[in-house]
Amino acid sequence: MVKNIQAMSEGYKMSGIKRYLMRKSLIYALTFVFAVTIDFIIPRLMPGDPIGVLLSRFATLPDVANYLHGYFIEAFGLNKPLWQQYLSFWNAVLHGDLGISIYYYPKPVAQIIREALPYDLALLLPSIISSWVVGNWLGAYAGKSKRFDSYLMPIFYFLQASPYFWFAIILAYVFTVKLGLFPISGAYGYGVIPSFSWTFIKDYLHHWILPFLSLFFVQLGGWAIGMRNMIIYEVEADYVRYLESLGASERLLMKHAFKNAMLPQITGLALQLGLIVAGNVTVQVVFSYPGIGYILMQGIMNQDYFLIQGCFLVIILTVLIANFTIDLLYAFIDPRIRYSYTEEGA
Amino acid sequence: MKISKETLRIAFGNTKFKVGFVIILIFVLWAMIGPLLTPFDSMGYYPVKFGERIAPKPSLPSLKPGSVGEIFTPQGAVEVKHYLGTDSFGRDIYAQLVYGLRSSLFIGLIAGGLATLIGLLIGFVAGYKGGWADESLMMITNIMLVIPTMALLIIIAAYLPYRGVGIESLIIGLTAWPWTARAVRAQTLSLKRRGFVDLARISGMSESKILFGEILPNMMSYVFMVFILQFGGSILAAVGLDFIGLGPTRGMSLGIMLQQAVLWNAINLGYWWWAIPPGLVIAVLITGLYLINTGLDEIFNPRLRRE
Repeated sequence: MVKNIQAMSEGYKMSGIKRYLMRKSLIYALTFVFAVTIDFIIPRLMPGDPIGVLLSRFATLPDVANYLHGYFIEAFGLNKPLWQQYLSFWNAVLHGDLGISIYYYPKPVAQIIREALPYDLALLLPSIISSWVVGNWLGAYAGKSKRFDSYLMPIFYFLQASPYFWFAIILAYVFTVKLGLFPISGAYGYGVIPSFSWTFIKDYLHHWILPFLSLFFVQLGGWAIGMRNMIIYEVEADYVRYLESLGASERLLMKHAFKNAMLPQITGLALQLGLIVAGNVTVQVVFSYPGIGYILMQGIMNQDYFLIQGCFLVIILTVLIANFTIDLLYAFIDPRIRYSYTEEGA
Repeated sequence: MKISKETLRIAFGNTKFKVGFVIILIFVLWAMIGPLLTPFDSMGYYPVKFGERIAPKPSLPSLKPGSVGEIFTPQGAVEVKHYLGTDSFGRDIYAQLVYGLRSSLFIGLIAGGLATLIGLLIGFVAGYKGGWADESLMMITNIMLVIPTMALLIIIAAYLPYRGVGIESLIIGLTAWPWTARAVRAQTLSLKRRGFVDLARISGMSESKILFGEILPNMMSYVFMVFILQFGGSILAAVGLDFIGLGPTRGMSLGIMLQQAVLWNAINLGYWWWAIPPGLVIAVLITGLYLINTGLDEIFNPRLRRE
């Protein structure tokens, strides 16, 4: 009997997670469709003639211009009805065909992005995770100690208010120009060939540290402020008061308050992702760091529309995947999610 | 929402609100009268009269803050003081900065206002109507929420051959509303269930009267806080967009100043007066806005106050 009930509740749990994830997946699938559609429609909707602009770059090379004109007409399928163009666009996207870059001609956009993406991930993942952890920790500390709070909060506010790339400029000015400690451009030195050798890794980290710190510090402010406010709320909550009256240690109180305050911070992470990715784009421009952001800037400056469209899709796909990961994490951490989706499918 | 003397007294009793308010006030005043204190135009050039025509002329390049530049005119050389020095093209930094601040505040007002309005409308309808309207509106909101606004802005701006500050505000406003819609919906849902709304309904008040007479006034303080955040968010979004080369195609802004400073190696050359001040203005301005927002939060939620 008891076993039966347990099994039933287990079943409920699973279906709860399932329903929750199904609903989230639906939203992400729709978002992806929406993003691809935007990617398809915008170039056709906007004034001006992107193809004309593209080809004007090759005015001195009539052969190339002719070839490209044919290529574009075929790639866009501009002689076909719109719905057919839309379908073939989808077909191309699903096959990973994002067109050919003009600026890096004749490299395919997909290949350029494949080469750039590891640099982004190597900046984004460590900076997001470490600033989230350190920020929450500092924020909890500020929420607990009033003296600490009044010193730290102005700094956190200022960090949160700084544009990412401006903070990068300051770091570059202080650490590179004034102190000469770190290089200012690229992901590795000119004389170094990427490989799994100690020389390369050392050189790579040397170039990596300033872009990383720019992303780390600006994000830090936001997490600390969020956590501080949550802790102040939680400390006032009835359950903490009750524990306090039972004579529980401050350590125990903080432990419970911290756990509860963490959940909104995970949701916050999902909401902040877009801004962080955008910040990463601008920071890479400052340091000429060869990730998607730098590539995107090249695309914009040189009106390389295939490159811009490709970067757009990849950025959105990355954010979608990250969001889904956070949702998964959340479902496992917060039991209420599992139950709320079993009761009425909220 | 009527602002009584009592409300103001409480508001200005809050240090964060007070500091934030003073910061914003200073910036607004500076944006208004700052341009009058410099002979240079919005691009940092000196307008020189050639008979009927006015031609913009640069001063000496790369001058340090406080130094005196020379501009050669038909009437002879004119000496002008550069409060914040000049850039590599001899353009006055102070003039660019103060005109850039103007356009930043303009964008914040228009884009932030638009985003608040759209978010308010969608959140309000979704929360109040419920059912089918709620489902579909929230589906759209959730989709828009996941898409990074910056990516959307980039793809739209990249295909616009001519961009002005107005267009920039418009596309920022049209993409920044989703979190506001969600927050407003939650507020509406909780207000809808309160006793005074039921009372209004029982007493036979019309629906529009309940909406605009009962629910909306109770949300005004919250909407104002949302607007402050949207105001700051829009300014930051515009600066980022300008920085990667998708800002206004003509004219100057704080983001364009920073873009040019980076492109022309101001950092390597040690021209800190070119690369640092535009971002500093933005960071202090946004800090001021956050302080106002937090101050208001503490005023409306006594639990957050630390007595």
